[in-house]
Amino acid sequence: MNIVHGDNRAIASLFSALGRRLLQAALVALLVGTLCFFMTRMLPGDMAYRIAAGRYGYDMVTSAAADAVRHELGLDRPLLSALADWWSKLWHLDLGLSQVTGQPVIHEIAEQLVPTLKLSVLALGLSFLIGPTIGLLAGLRPGGWLDRSTLTLSVLLRALPSFLLGLLLVLIFSVQMGALPAAGHDDHGSIMLPALTLALGLAAVSSRVARDAMVSVRSSAYFAFALTKGLTLQQALLHHGIRNVAVPVISYLGVQLVYLIEGVVLVETIFAWPGIGHALVHAIFGRDVPMIQGTALILGLMFVIFNSLIDVICSLIDPRRRS
Amino acid sequence: MTDKYLAAPTRRHLLLTALAGVLPVGFASGDALAHGDHPDNAHAIAPVSTDTLTVVGPWELTGLDPSRAGYIFTRMAVAETLLDIDDAGQLRPALAVRWVVSADKLQWRFTLRSNSRYHDGSPVTPGSVLNALKRAQARPGVLTLADIRNMSTDGNDIVVTLGKRFAPLPYLFTHSTTQVLAPASFDANSNVKTIIGTGPYRITAISLPQQFDVERFDDYAASRPSLKLPTIRRARYLSVSRTETRTLLVQSGQADMAFSLDPPSIRRLQNSPQAQLISAMLPRTTYLKLNAGHRFLNDVRVRQAISLGIERSGIAKALLRDPELGATQLFPPAMRQWHQDSLPPLRTDPLLARQLLHQAGWIAGTDGIRYRLGQRFELKLLTFVDRPELPLIAAAIQEEMRQIGIAVRVVVGNSSDIPAGHRSGSLEMGLTARNFGNLPEPVATLLQDFGADGADWGAMNWSDPQLVAALARLSEEDRHAVQDRALVATTLQRELPVIPIVWYRQTTAVSKRLRGATIDPYERSYRISQLEWAR
Repeated sequence: MNIVHGDNRAIASLFSALGRRLLQAALVALLVGTLCFFMTRMLPGDMAYRIAAGRYGYDMVTSAAADAVRHELGLDRPLLSALADWWSKLWHLDLGLSQVTGQPVIHEIAEQLVPTLKLSVLALGLSFLIGPTIGLLAGLRPGGWLDRSTLTLSVLLRALPSFLLGLLLVLIFSVQMGALPAAGHDDHGSIMLPALTLALGLAAVSSRVARDAMVSVRSSAYFAFALTKGLTLQQALLHHGIRNVAVPVISYLGVQLVYLIEGVVLVETIFAWPGIGHALVHAIFGRDVPMIQGTALILGLMFVIFNSLIDVICSLIDPRRRS
Repeated sequence: MTDKYLAAPTRRHLLLTALAGVLPVGFASGDALAHGDHPDNAHAIAPVSTDTLTVVGPWELTGLDPSRAGYIFTRMAVAETLLDIDDAGQLRPALAVRWVVSADKLQWRFTLRSNSRYHDGSPVTPGSVLNALKRAQARPGVLTLADIRNMSTDGNDIVVTLGKRFAPLPYLFTHSTTQVLAPASFDANSNVKTIIGTGPYRITAISLPQQFDVERFDDYAASRPSLKLPTIRRARYLSVSRTETRTLLVQSGQADMAFSLDPPSIRRLQNSPQAQLISAMLPRTTYLKLNAGHRFLNDVRVRQAISLGIERSGIAKALLRDPELGATQLFPPAMRQWHQDSLPPLRTDPLLARQLLHQAGWIAGTDGIRYRLGQRFELKLLTFVDRPELPLIAAAIQEEMRQIGIAVRVVVGNSSDIPAGHRSGSLEMGLTARNFGNLPEPVATLLQDFGADGADWGAMNWSDPQLVAALARLSEEDRHAVQDRALVATTLQRELPVIPIVWYRQTTAVSKRLRGATIDPYERSYRISQLEWAR
């Protein structure tokens, strides 16, 4: 009975945490959209001309084309009226139409979100395979050759901007070895290089977090006790090590999401990957305000959702958090 | 203790199961990707096969409407226009086989090719062509350049009635914004929902904004019995915004043709075992657009001094790696009818530039910059990144102007800042690359750029009555066309409302598995229908 009560309390606290996250998500949506609105309006340059350039290409941008765009999109409306209009649409879950392509923003984002999610999930998965594994091994022998060489490698990888790392990977795997497609999105294996670019950057840090956590576990009294009571290193690691190492590594993922989202924007452009980051860059160039608001909104919500998932996972792993 | 041990493996198991479930999502993506499809063009994009020609360029499909990305569908031989042009800029038949003008030059008649079919099998009727053209007239494009009063059909003819003579009218019907799509391409609101053209290739899959696949349209030859069917059966267009990535795609053999390469990429590809480079001069000139109404720039001596201060061959050699591209006049040699061999070339002479500035009242100050009546000679130069060489050229000009005593502040922004600055009057100098081949007969472009009121991309607060009259004559029917073209070129060279800097050479990387590749100087076509596999 006690266990049942305990589980009910845990579920109740989970729901209350999810409720808080939902409220957070709503606030993020409102804030991100409103900030984007003002930031795009404050950018230099005439919006009608920018949108005309995005639509028709620069050879065809003329004052007449810009006037037609201004008239069509009602860009000369007062600022606050346009903002109120967006708020009201957001309330009805309508993100409006892209000013460049004329397609519903929600439809464009739905198309772009799938490739971005695939890329992000694969990158996270790969980084999880590479980073913590190396970190655990390095942490078992602090100061050993593996520890020192992975430290050097992780500093190098983290210091390399993702666009440079991406180009290096293309040179090695596509140009030299001919093993993987250099860019594009539907040749077999074309997701591997962009995912690996992101994953290596993520693993560079998570391996060090895992290594430090392992060092701290290795020097803890409970780990020494586990070994003293006769467990082998593998048994001690499995029952007392990995779970304790996992908490800081997974918590750190929350911080790494910023790197992931920032990396997605760059990596998608380098690899011509048709995701939401690529769309955001083009929307900013073309001053496509509804698309900027929509994509930033989705990226913000992704951040909240992933962080909530991490909280849930951490509380599953670490019983202390549940109390 | 027991409870804990019982619960722990379950949670660990759950976590491991979740992780194992998550990973295949990414790995499985290779064959599952069918995203990005427009609802009405929704076909899964299949993995590219070895008999597919892949073309990469920086241009994105910003929509299906001919006024937006129509030029890409024309270049990939999917959609056609009434008329086409050859390399010399001469008109040739496309959907229309004949074109005649009435004696008063106010009515043009275009006779359509018989037996043409759209890709959906429906016949190309005069009514459907008229519908496409009327649609084009109502949207941003080139048809507004002529005073078109009416368009109608008469039997198998399209009849265009003008309010004012306009000799270059047939050239407007070569522009991609006037491409003819089948009635089934449009929805009830006349928006394009799918691309059904008449060209030698038809679309099989499209994924906005990046990619589309085409295959040979075998019925194309039915209306053109003398024509040989293209050898290439399948092709793909892929938009790749970064020039480094396009270069790597060619180097890795993933792309067969790559367009819009910058000088470092061209150097990388020069010794590539995968690709060869082909190039051609295009009718495009990079020039400085000056606000001739600006209190510093309204004196022709100052404009001449700026021109004399610019070292064109140095810019061409150091930045474009092609010394021949230094402009000696506005019109490049590729514009055979307009380039004037006899015109004294633009030159570099900083000493003379300083003298001219001195004569105009600009005296060098202690900081090396010139002053007149207490005003420092400072100007803002706007440019943009759509063409990667422009910011570099702007930086070179900034330094060369400093050497003759003019402080230039370079602002790198968006292409539209130049027409917007023209409209608001705030533009001082703008660096742009003007495409005189946008319409194969440049008169229409020049009329816009150097007409009485100036224009977004051309002169600003400058006009010359003789030049305007010459352009007006050229736009009607001109018996003295040769003299009038010379007058236009000479006046622009003397008055310098825009200062030519460099001409443009298009360099394209072509895979060695192809043969027969050539460059269209008017950038209307990738000529995939003329290509063949080398092995």
